[in-house]
Amino acid sequence: MITLTSTSEKDVTVVESTGRLTMATASDLTAVIDKAITDGAPKVIIDLAQTVFVDSTGLGALVSGLRRAREAGGDLRIVAPSEQVSTVLSLTNLDRVLFPFPDVEAARREW
Amino acid sequence: MRILAIRTLVVVSLALGLVYLVWRWGWSLNLHYWWIAIPLVLAETYSLIDSGLFGMAMWRAKERPTPPAPPRDWTVDVFITTYNEGAALVGKTARAAVDIAYPHRTYILDDGNRDEMRALAAELGIEYLTRTTDWDNRPRHAKAGNLNNALFQTSGEFLLILDADQVPHAEILDHVLGYFHDETMALVQTPQWFHNVPPGDPLGSQAPLFFGPIQQGKDGWNAAFFCGTNALVRREALMQLGLREYVREQTEAVRQALDAAQSVLRSAIRTSRRRGGALSPVLNELSFAAIDAKNELRLGVPLAEVTGKFQRAAETARHTVLRQDLESMQSDLAALDLNVQLDAVALSALADREWSPLAALKTVTSLIEAINAERLHEALPIMPVATQSVTEDMATCMQLHASGWKTAYHDEILAEGLAPEDLGTATNQRLRWCQGTMQVFFRRNPLFMRGLSIPQRLMYFNTMWSYLAGFAAIVYLTAPFLYLVAGILPVKAWGYTFVEFFLPYFLANQLLFVVVGWGRPTWRAQQYSLAMFPVWIKGCWSAFRNVYFGRKLDFIVTPKERPTGAQPYPWRLVMWQAVAVATLLIGSVIGAGRLITESGGTLFGTIVNWIWVTYDVVVIGIIFTAARYRPTQEAP
Repeated sequence: MITLTSTSEKDVTVVESTGRLTMATASDLTAVIDKAITDGAPKVIIDLAQTVFVDSTGLGALVSGLRRAREAGGDLRIVAPSEQVSTVLSLTNLDRVLFPFPDVEAARREW
Repeated sequence: MRILAIRTLVVVSLALGLVYLVWRWGWSLNLHYWWIAIPLVLAETYSLIDSGLFGMAMWRAKERPTPPAPPRDWTVDVFITTYNEGAALVGKTARAAVDIAYPHRTYILDDGNRDEMRALAAELGIEYLTRTTDWDNRPRHAKAGNLNNALFQTSGEFLLILDADQVPHAEILDHVLGYFHDETMALVQTPQWFHNVPPGDPLGSQAPLFFGPIQQGKDGWNAAFFCGTNALVRREALMQLGLREYVREQTEAVRQALDAAQSVLRSAIRTSRRRGGALSPVLNELSFAAIDAKNELRLGVPLAEVTGKFQRAAETARHTVLRQDLESMQSDLAALDLNVQLDAVALSALADREWSPLAALKTVTSLIEAINAERLHEALPIMPVATQSVTEDMATCMQLHASGWKTAYHDEILAEGLAPEDLGTATNQRLRWCQGTMQVFFRRNPLFMRGLSIPQRLMYFNTMWSYLAGFAAIVYLTAPFLYLVAGILPVKAWGYTFVEFFLPYFLANQLLFVVVGWGRPTWRAQQYSLAMFPVWIKGCWSAFRNVYFGRKLDFIVTPKERPTGAQPYPWRLVMWQAVAVATLLIGSVIGAGRLITESGGTLFGTIVNWIWVTYDVVVIGIIFTAARYRPTQEAP
């Protein structure tokens, strides 16, 4: 299961993802990202500190979120992935496109 | 025991083949007629390599034991892909899919967006999926696109993929899911079998040699092929593939942008030198930064870091130039449309322009910025099922193997489908397979694909190699004709020497086929591999033109409406085979005439070539039976 809490400040949305981001829950994340974009805050930061497990479908949701955010003139950044999440990121080479930031502040800094 | 017999025969037939070919190359080339002698010996070498690869597959033919039963809580999606098949046909498959014993969800993947399919799904209480609006005005990628579209709207751990006509047995999931206890197992393929094929199989639809010994042989080297339908796939494996491809393409986009930047800079440096050269050191430095960036890409540095660093270098360069040179040439910029896809043409256009330093730097900056834009010309950022070939199954499977996944072949018929019922449709189908396979060969040659083991490379290469049979066939058909009509002898040998070398090799080879295909009819497949020679040539040639020159793939025109009652004989489909047979028969008669009038040819030589002609005609003859074939009843 997954819990997603999002807070927006100007055009930046921070989504805290707690639990397991998998094929069963990926569509929830997609919905939250979509809402952030339609609400006019398309710079999305996904905080993965409390995400204990992610599979490729979960990563797929991040990538399609990235694309939609960029289409809307924003971007998507990920923060503080756990060891398991980092492993999957590097297994798929996705860390070359979605480079993890250490914390939310660091992710926000360059925007 | 059987495997021992097969291995012995493989060794014997390859050894005899090797002896024969050494003799052919070293001692029997008639170089007086080199223009046919060389092609013939090349064709024979081709055939021996083909046998070698076949023997290699058979060496480890794997008969898998029944896998353990699956747990009851795995989630499975059953996908029925359809484009234009009727509701009766899809309905039959869908009903059988609903009745599959293991818990699952059934989906109709309707690429035709049809109301009758929606109604059918509603009636059966199953899910209906069609393309999302993301696909509007974007490449649809046929069946691969249809599957990818569904992947992002479903969530089962495993996917059973069925073509619209493939009616599954209720036990299919129970028998096959167990293989996935192995967490590195990505895919299990089961046979394709057709229930509407008459005895004798005139169209050569059943593939008992492929769905049997050949797949088992490939399986032995962990290279069992995915054949697009009747297969169970692990979603995680497909998605990982999609993600890797996505990253690969993004990286490629950055590399191309850096290439473009370099060529702009080179041309600006040339311009600058002509005008005194004060600014070329700055531009030079940025060129080096581009080279560094490309090296970093190769080393796997994150893309944002690579582009960010290069971007800053470009910014610094721009400030330096601004200070030194304030006259800018805005006109350079106006003409440039950065939304164009960067290809060879666009690149050379960039390189040919005359650039002022400032305009060049501005352009370089914009080029790098443009890659942050996503691949918006595609419907989905991630395409797990490969889209670069018309045989999406083979390309996908190869990438699965290259990223370390396993596949298995399960040799039990668990779904029954409909085969083409006329030669036109059958020919077109073979043409597509040939084209798709050769597309993969030209785009992503398995011999050089990183991640594949050597045997895996050879197993993929084997399939591609076998499609070159059409070119060898031309030689095999021409050589006996030349001897019979003009006494042209490509083989220089005395008396029975040829027979002594050739016959043991030929017989051992045939015996191997008999043992490998024990109890399975394999002769039909052998016939079609020669009889379809015009199709193989056309397939290879059009795939070549498609990959290297961007031409559309040719296809064979078949009548859309099948006329009722008497149908004309489809001469056009068998034209080349008819020419070949007629030529050979005329040649045989001329040969007889030459022998009687003693104007050329020896009795021995003529007899050998008559046997050869007979073999060719008997093998090719199947195509004329196939052309005459009409189904006796409507397909159920």
